[in-house]
Amino acid sequence: MVVLPEGEKVQSFRNLIIERCGEDVGKCIQCGKCSSGCPLAVEMEYIPNQIMELIRLNQEEKVLTSNSFWFCASCQTCSIRCPHDIDIAKVMNTLRKLNLEKGYQPADKGISQFNQIFLDSIKSHGRVYELGMVTRFNLSTGQPLKDASFGPAMILKSKIALLPHRIKGLHTIKTIFKKSKKFT
Amino acid sequence: MTESSQDENITLFTYSEIEEVKGFIGNFEVTIRKKARSVDMSKCTGCGECQQKCPRKIPSEFDMGLGNRKAIYTPFTQAVPNVPVIDREHCTFFTKGKCQVCSKVCPTGAIDYEQQDELITEKFGAIVVATGFSPFNWTVYGEYGAGKFKDIITGLHLERMLDTSGPTAGKVIRPSDGKEAKTVAFLQCVGSRDPSKGVPYCSRVCCMYTAKHALLLKDHVPDSQSYVFYIDIRSPGKNYEEFVNRVQEESGAIYIRGRVSKIYQKGDKLIVCASDTLLGEPLKIEADLVVLASAMIPQADAKQLAQKLKIPCDQFGFYTEVHPKLEPVASVTRGIYLTGSCQFPKDIPDTVAMSGAASVGVCSILSQDEMTIEPRIACVDETRCTGCLNCIEVCPFNAIEEKPINGKVLAHVIESLCQGCGNCCSTCRVRAIEVRGFTDEQLYCQIASALEPI
Repeated sequence: MVVLPEGEKVQSFRNLIIERCGEDVGKCIQCGKCSSGCPLAVEMEYIPNQIMELIRLNQEEKVLTSNSFWFCASCQTCSIRCPHDIDIAKVMNTLRKLNLEKGYQPADKGISQFNQIFLDSIKSHGRVYELGMVTRFNLSTGQPLKDASFGPAMILKSKIALLPHRIKGLHTIKTIFKKSKKFT
Repeated sequence: MTESSQDENITLFTYSEIEEVKGFIGNFEVTIRKKARSVDMSKCTGCGECQQKCPRKIPSEFDMGLGNRKAIYTPFTQAVPNVPVIDREHCTFFTKGKCQVCSKVCPTGAIDYEQQDELITEKFGAIVVATGFSPFNWTVYGEYGAGKFKDIITGLHLERMLDTSGPTAGKVIRPSDGKEAKTVAFLQCVGSRDPSKGVPYCSRVCCMYTAKHALLLKDHVPDSQSYVFYIDIRSPGKNYEEFVNRVQEESGAIYIRGRVSKIYQKGDKLIVCASDTLLGEPLKIEADLVVLASAMIPQADAKQLAQKLKIPCDQFGFYTEVHPKLEPVASVTRGIYLTGSCQFPKDIPDTVAMSGAASVGVCSILSQDEMTIEPRIACVDETRCTGCLNCIEVCPFNAIEEKPINGKVLAHVIESLCQGCGNCCSTCRVRAIEVRGFTDEQLYCQIASALEPI
């Protein structure tokens, strides 16, 4: 059940999104083109057009506790196809930030943890260290031996490396991370 | 309106009704009942003294009951002519025999309590019917409170409230307690597109006037929030779709797809229950005011007028045109044109356009001394006609009249009215009436030659 607040308060979440990323969901005409093109819509609790509708109806908690924006792959199909030029992928990204900022429990813990571990790996090596990343992810999600049987074969075939590789000029990556902090 | 009342070629009959229409295209003879207004139009100067002094107050029809009028009144400020009329049903003098205040204050002695209805007969070449519509009675909806909640109003009520010279001086208030309305729910398609309780057709204007109301509401009450419950937004017209989008973006009106299932009262608020069908979730709003876009239906006496004018109407009571695409403003009876919402729900641009078309149709009749008509019309062989007059009964165009010849009454075709449908020919038992170009002899010859071996 969606219960709407009195008066103008209903606009606050919509205005917050405009403030944070400049995208106005009020332009949405609910045509559903975003959702029909989204490759991950089947996995989502609320499909992209429903997210737009929920933002418009000020359902902050419903939106930020859903798994929809965590599944978004930022492929931008929705943004490119939107007839009213709403950058939906950008809205999804903003929702991810808001979720972490506002301290809502992510609907799918694994996804946000994976994102963090992936970024940490980039930060320290300049590229992904697969074995380290998978091990950390498995340990943090409490399933240490998940997919472990594939490991030896993949190492033997050089699909993944035993030890991490570092890229040249790692310091530039670190600068990127530093600067990106400023934007968020 | 003032301009038309001053034009020397236009005679206005206000506060009048059509009693009887005789004749046909170019020769209509119309009996008009000029109702007794109890005020002498030649003496009244329109000073308005009588309206101020009249002690009797009655809810104003023009203000949808939101304000009052007097028993001697003009329906609204710009009404033409600016001559009041006494509402005899409510006037204290007519009901109780005492008062006569208006006659005492009138500086020109224009009040005439003795005045009677007057019947006048005039000749006309053509007729344009523009009798408009009436609003659907939404109280059939028990789920919307059947009229017991005062804060459920219709778009027409809100229209009066938004008028700065209206009964609330431009304030949007709750009729129950007079407080300003902050959260307003607009319900579309109340009666429209609902064959079970209302009418099956779309009333066409509600989507646009609701969008206008949402925009005006934001202007009048800047901290208000409007919700519009719709089934489909129908905005086909120049700049219409852009307007609806603008209302959603600028005035922040929230459009929710789904019909409202129930409205009930909780404290001084109205709880509007609906379902957002795009979201697939039920929804609740605490509203101060609910505005219904009630359907447009024909006038209550539309069918009686159709009988007087001898024009057909559809199952609802809307007058029917000859052809929706080829002759959209002409009625089946020649010389009678239709315009406005008496034909079907129309918005202002459509009404203006079709009125233009109707007046050109009228001018094309009035500008010529003789008419060109189709040659394929019925013709009576007076030597055969027995005068049974069955043909008069079946003619859908009232094109056959009685004609006395040598002491007998025979059928006679009014050539300007006949459309050559052939109903009379198949009814006539003695084959006395035939359509030119389609006589029995001609048809038999055609059949015979078609059957001839090659």
